Amino acid sequence: MIVGERKPFGEIQGLLGRYNNILLVGCGTCVKVCFTGGDKEVAVLASQLRLAGAKGKKKPVIEEMTIERQCEIEFVDEVAKQFKGHDVIMSMACGAGVQMLAERFPDTPVLPAVNTTFLGLLQKQGHFVENCQGCGTCVLGTFGGICPVSRCAKSLFNGPCGGSQGGKCEIGGDVPCAWQQIIDRLAKLKQLDNLKAHVPPKNWSTARHGGPRKLTREDNIL
Amino acid sequence: MNAMKSNLQRVLEAGAFAVTAECGPPRSADADVVIRKGLLLKKFVDAVNVTDNQTAIVRMSSIAAAAILKSVGVEPVFQMVCRDRNRIALQSDLLGASALGLRNMLCLSGDHQKFGNQAQGKNVFDIDSMQLLRTVTDMTEKGRFIGDEFVMDAPPVIFAGAAENPFADPFEYRAARLEKKIESGAKFIQTQCVFNLEKFATWMKEVRKRGLHKRVHILAGVTPLKSAGMARYMRDKVAGMDVPDAVIKRMEPFKGPEARAEGIKICVETIQKLRKMEGVAGVHIMAIEWEEAVPEIVEKAGLLPRP
Repeated sequence: MIVGERKPFGEIQGLLGRYNNILLVGCGTCVKVCFTGGDKEVAVLASQLRLAGAKGKKKPVIEEMTIERQCEIEFVDEVAKQFKGHDVIMSMACGAGVQMLAERFPDTPVLPAVNTTFLGLLQKQGHFVENCQGCGTCVLGTFGGICPVSRCAKSLFNGPCGGSQGGKCEIGGDVPCAWQQIIDRLAKLKQLDNLKAHVPPKNWSTARHGGPRKLTREDNIL
Repeated sequence: MNAMKSNLQRVLEAGAFAVTAECGPPRSADADVVIRKGLLLKKFVDAVNVTDNQTAIVRMSSIAAAAILKSVGVEPVFQMVCRDRNRIALQSDLLGASALGLRNMLCLSGDHQKFGNQAQGKNVFDIDSMQLLRTVTDMTEKGRFIGDEFVMDAPPVIFAGAAENPFADPFEYRAARLEKKIESGAKFIQTQCVFNLEKFATWMKEVRKRGLHKRVHILAGVTPLKSAGMARYMRDKVAGMDVPDAVIKRMEPFKGPEARAEGIKICVETIQKLRKMEGVAGVHIMAIEWEEAVPEIVEKAGLLPRP
């Protein structure tokens, strides 16, 4: 899923600044699952804003809604039905959702309430880890299902660096060394030979480095 | 005219026990610092490594500092990390370095930028150190760039080496990784600092078992300790470092100049033990911000005069 983290309240207040009539839009997909921008989090942020606003001279008018997916135009059309010329739309979705709203409402400022952090998974309650960078050329088959691109701090392809100790990465913070994991897993699978061949420089043009990416699926076009 | 074969290559190929040292470029544009360090080491070592923004702290460029060393008759080994440059910049700098007459280089991944003074910077890691080795090999031996049919008419001339850390994990994989580096074109290896001789000997045994010592020149890294505090710091804070308790205990009774003397003594003893180990082709002395210690270490270890 796409994992996100809500921005600090102070930053959100700063972004909303002069706006008074606010439409707060949550998303029911990834950011709901990671407890960041679903209906519950929309309600919490709205209450926080109202409470903070009650102390001021001008009380903000905040309308809440959460749609199934902010990254799909069909769902975003639901926002259009509820949109009544608000001063501003604040999105609690990932960056894709925010931009979808910005595209749909060209005349209204659209602001993010969330920092989109990474593509990852829930390791245990409250702990999310990054597992994919969407590099566009998946190599998990070679590396025992452990991604050297996203899970090695240096995205190394030909073995661990000299900073791997006791199964931990040199960057600290208890980050596991992806290469220790790759080697352990391949040893268990009796596939250590996968690592013998020299892995040539990666084609990064399929990653973000080739410019903003686009995918056309001819078979899906109506 | 720039010589085609480096002094380091000549010494190693002649089978002499090689000695290299390290010069960390300054955190300024002061060429005199580089010259001073270089001249201090000149008669005592075969070549001097010039670090490339080590620990991710901004310093004078390794190629520039290496060229300054060369201008005063000191042979440099310029280090190149994959952290800061993409394949365009790395290949371009390799051409430039060779054109400046720099003949030795060391390929490294590079310390992660979080350790340095630019922790918010973006890292590159377009290619890894193994791929960089292969790139240098293809450029020097075939005149070819990465993924390009073009063949240059004047390829760079570079004696390329790599690093290996016998103390990092997964330990069992370390010798296999060394083999991969040799296959990628490493002509010499400089290791992480050896304080744990026992573990180093175990690694060397595996290296010999695979016959790798006959395919590459292995220079064992050593570092003189200044104090017990430094030893503890290296054990606890420096990535991939193995400093046994016995070494720290030995340093503990000494303070100031006495501690430094003990550090030099340990270093000399380590060199003497390394020299007796089959397959060790030389030592790489990393006297961190203490280049003045190198002449004394080399002399006491009986490694003078240099060939």
